[in-house]
Amino acid sequence: MVSEGMGDVTAGFYERTKKYRWVIAEWMMSTDHKRIGVMYLIALLSFFSVGVVMGFIIRLSLLAPGWLADQQTYNEFFTIHGVIQIFLFIIPGIPVAFGNIFLPILIGAKDVAFPKVNRLSWWLYVTGAVLVFLSVFIHGRPPDTGWTFYAPYSIQTPANISTAVMGVFVLGFSSILTGLNFVTTIHRLRAPGMGWFRMPAFSWTLYATGWVQMLATPVLAITLLFIFLGRFLGVGFFDPTKGGDPILYEHLFWMYSHPAVYIMVLPAMGIISEVVPVFSRRSLFGYVAVCMSALGIAIVGYAVWGHHMFTSGMSDTARVIFSFVTFLVAVPSGIKIFNWVSTLYKGSIQVDAPLLFAISFIFLFSIGGLTGLIIGALATNLHLHGTYFIVGHFHYVMFGGAGFSIIAGLHYWFPKITGRMYDERFAKLGWLNLFVGFNILYFSMFVLGFLGMPRRYFDYPPQYHAGHVISTMGSWFLAIGLVIIFANLIRSIFKGERAPMNPWGGKTLEWTIPSPLPRENFQEIPVITRGPYSYEEEAR
Amino acid sequence: MKKKQGEGLSTETGHIDYTGKKMGMWFFLFTEILFFGGMFLLYSIFRYKYAQDFHASAAEENIVLGTINTAVLLTSSLTIALSIAAMKKGKKDSSCYLQLATVLMGAAFLVIKYFEWGAKISIGIYPNSPVLLALGKGEILFFGLYYVMTGLHGLHVLVGVIVISFMLYFTRRETINQENYARLENTGLYWHFVDIVWIYLYPLFYLIT
Repeated sequence: MVSEGMGDVTAGFYERTKKYRWVIAEWMMSTDHKRIGVMYLIALLSFFSVGVVMGFIIRLSLLAPGWLADQQTYNEFFTIHGVIQIFLFIIPGIPVAFGNIFLPILIGAKDVAFPKVNRLSWWLYVTGAVLVFLSVFIHGRPPDTGWTFYAPYSIQTPANISTAVMGVFVLGFSSILTGLNFVTTIHRLRAPGMGWFRMPAFSWTLYATGWVQMLATPVLAITLLFIFLGRFLGVGFFDPTKGGDPILYEHLFWMYSHPAVYIMVLPAMGIISEVVPVFSRRSLFGYVAVCMSALGIAIVGYAVWGHHMFTSGMSDTARVIFSFVTFLVAVPSGIKIFNWVSTLYKGSIQVDAPLLFAISFIFLFSIGGLTGLIIGALATNLHLHGTYFIVGHFHYVMFGGAGFSIIAGLHYWFPKITGRMYDERFAKLGWLNLFVGFNILYFSMFVLGFLGMPRRYFDYPPQYHAGHVISTMGSWFLAIGLVIIFANLIRSIFKGERAPMNPWGGKTLEWTIPSPLPRENFQEIPVITRGPYSYEEEAR
Repeated sequence: MKKKQGEGLSTETGHIDYTGKKMGMWFFLFTEILFFGGMFLLYSIFRYKYAQDFHASAAEENIVLGTINTAVLLTSSLTIALSIAAMKKGKKDSSCYLQLATVLMGAAFLVIKYFEWGAKISIGIYPNSPVLLALGKGEILFFGLYYVMTGLHGLHVLVGVIVISFMLYFTRRETINQENYARLENTGLYWHFVDIVWIYLYPLFYLIT
């Protein structure tokens, strides 16, 4: 906003404006997209850490069932783990943090289209997070339904479902407003000369994500409201004794929650599309195809929700169609993978931490995607649906996909956000532990699932013991990796070297302005005369 | 977007990005459509499943009050549209009166709805009531949908009434004026949306007998 930046033009965005007496009020009341983004980032990573600790405990408990958590506690743990990681971390994830900080800069704007709505969206996010945590700590039992809140159990259980569901409802509202804001921003606030196909690919993925956020989230909102009304007023849309149908809940839930996985993974692909060209010094290969495939994924992603319900009871025709469309949605993802690899081909590759994480993303997401086809096929799905195979697949796409991409983005944009460089050696050491641990942890889940280990079970027959022990040991490496990565980043905020304006040789607009980001994005709105990754043009 | 690029930089010159604001509102209305869409989806599925029960239950609705409410809401949509037209011509006072009329009609809609609900609740028809649970499954669902859909619609009417009251205040203080009326126009869009939802609710609950 103009009024906030009137003073010192060289001031960083984090320096005090003295508009409020308290620092916290200054930040919470700020409508500056960079400040909001940074607050989101801190909140997200805090929740991520809580979620990781819970997942770690779940794995520990599976070493010898019952030694750490009894059945009820186990159910509560995986529920809260899921709710936190999905609704508090990975769905808001990249758009609200990196999107907020960088979208306006990438397209040459001073802020998002509706700065006050952006702030409202942040407040709603905080409110939703408070509600979710309240559901754990207030009187009564923490939620124990799994993150999907499947009816009719979610309507009957004495646990604090209503509070958690209200929290997710509010988070959904926050997500809708962010999507609406970004789509309008991209339509209206592009700098002069910044045509649609001169936008960095990250903005394109945020555009596609914004539409999915707007068009899918309301369906979740109404579904959760039905749970709420079912619990308070006894409205029985999902209760067979009152004529309702629990399968309808599953349909409505996945109608949102399948597109939601694209909310998580599309912007992740956007980050990868930024990192790969910069560190291989080449234009993004097939730039237009990459951008269009983001839209393709967003559109086709609406029509595949039924593949979550192959074993729930659906007509064969419906199942065959859903299975077929699921195969279709793999095509645009494949296009992206091939384009990233082609970008690397014959590039001057500089293997810094962001690229390591990006390449890991490509590798892990490919495994996640291909196993997705295995369970997207009807016959194999029937065998694997209720097993650890799903858990493995899910973590490969979510953590290996979106999670690794967030860490890639964190390293890539760290100098720009904090004005400091992180320590490259520790970043690589952390990556090694994380990557190795990740694969031990989740690949053994594919094996366990293939052998028939059911998911969400607190106990298991002895033949699965070895697999569980290996998987748990993987989680230790993964945890060590994460500790190194985050310790390195936190230390670098204070002790790191001062970052130059453009440490990576990036071509997008954020690298043309000082590090850390100035309070006013641009002294003068830039006029764009070239595409986003003009490495070749320059070499000529 | 036909507009010249960069023209939308609202912070640049202090001018208001009229198109951007309207675009945001339309996007918001898309999300609202999907929100209600979930309910209309359930309605169509349950009606398909229990066509007889739905037919019988709808006979118990008060078609007179329902029709009056439809007329009230449609007229209020007209008045808000006229108030925007008046604002565009710079007729502040007539715009104010028309907005006031819209607020009053919105309130009247809610009052009528209150009596309609009251009459049903007094004979024991409300979600989870013993009387309702003794009826057929289709009837339980019909009245469940009736309360949820008209209830959420009523909530939207209430929000609309409050928002239009604020617009009235802004118009009086002239922060909404002939040059800067995007807020009023967006409020109008929202009010028409509320109206359109009712246009679908009315036949689905009152006219299907």
